Amino acid sequence: MESVFGLVGKDFAIVAADSSAVHSILVHKTNEDKIMILDSHKLMGASGETGDRAQFTEYIQKNVALYQFRNGIPLTTAAAANFTRGELATALRKNPYMVNIIMAGYDKDIGPSIYFIDYIASLHKLDKAAFGYGSYFALSMMDRHYRKDMIVEEAIDLVDKIIMEIRSRLVVAPPNFVIKIVDKDGAREYAWRESIKDAPVPGV
Amino acid sequence: MSASQSVKKIIEINPYMLGTMAGGAADCQFWHRNLGVKCRLHELANKRRISVTGASKLLANILYSYRGMGLSVGTMIAGWDEKGPGLYYVDSEGGRLKGTRFSVGSGSPYAYGVLDSGYRYDMSVEEAAELARRAIYHATFRDGASGGVASVYHVGPNGWTKLSGDDVGELHYKYYPVEAEVVEQEMAELPVT
Repeated sequence: MESVFGLVGKDFAIVAADSSAVHSILVHKTNEDKIMILDSHKLMGASGETGDRAQFTEYIQKNVALYQFRNGIPLTTAAAANFTRGELATALRKNPYMVNIIMAGYDKDIGPSIYFIDYIASLHKLDKAAFGYGSYFALSMMDRHYRKDMIVEEAIDLVDKIIMEIRSRLVVAPPNFVIKIVDKDGAREYAWRESIKDAPVPGV
Repeated sequence: MSASQSVKKIIEINPYMLGTMAGGAADCQFWHRNLGVKCRLHELANKRRISVTGASKLLANILYSYRGMGLSVGTMIAGWDEKGPGLYYVDSEGGRLKGTRFSVGSGSPYAYGVLDSGYRYDMSVEEAAELARRAIYHATFRDGASGGVASVYHVGPNGWTKLSGDDVGELHYKYYPVEAEVVEQEMAELPVT
């Protein structure tokens, strides 16, 4: 099962997700990027059914871009999160998307924020959030070690501890993770944590 | 394949793109043919060939729109475009993955084992073809639902060519020839009385 977790720091937000693409007992890919960059200052880590995850996050990304084209200004993180929840809610009773989302963003006046949106379209603004079997370890570790206004190094240290714990305690643990960060300078990839490397190939 | 030992499981979408068949044969054949049509329409509308990325996305979007309705398709789209070789895995759940090697179907775990242990990115064409043939053979050996013919195609800058199509029964004896048994003591024939 896919693990996604995130937390808010002093002036940044971090989202980490595992990077295995799995089908029944087979691991098709170990470097699948599940954290989509929505726009310059928004990230969306998603876990759930493969097709739904890729298609729904791309749908949200394109609609966020469309809003900016039409109106000349970007959506706030809260607005994007509420839009996403609305789309999940509308589809829920007909053709539900089985996707769990952690959306992170940085707004100039508000600072960093994280939104927890699950597949039945509940929405919560939180300081720390997690999905998947990994959440059993991530949530308690974040509850124990998280403090408000952590700096990047402290937050990454906590993320690494959580990744180590998931790797060692979860029976079918994903070997590789990707970490992305969003702060005043924008949303970007922070690091990969790989314990299994695919054969090196340019640009996959 | 229980119904037939000679089903074509590699579908020629166009001269530079191939699709593989796993899951429902009718679904795979139909939707690959449909993809070929869409690729040709793209060429006519845009005066250039469609990329492997684009073709695989067209197929993935179609299959996604039918999700939950019982289509059974597990396919790989392999082709050559301006960016070089491209390989995508696409399935009827709407999943689409870009990668350097994939194995699909009931025998796929067996094939992955052989494929992964022998793979290098800088293999020659002959080495790669032999690795692929070996991986298919080993999967057919262990998986009851796999068998028949191991087809190997090569996709290059000028399109695809079929390299070989070997019956896996014959491959078995080629890889593991029958050796004369060592008989320690021959039984003596009793005289007929």
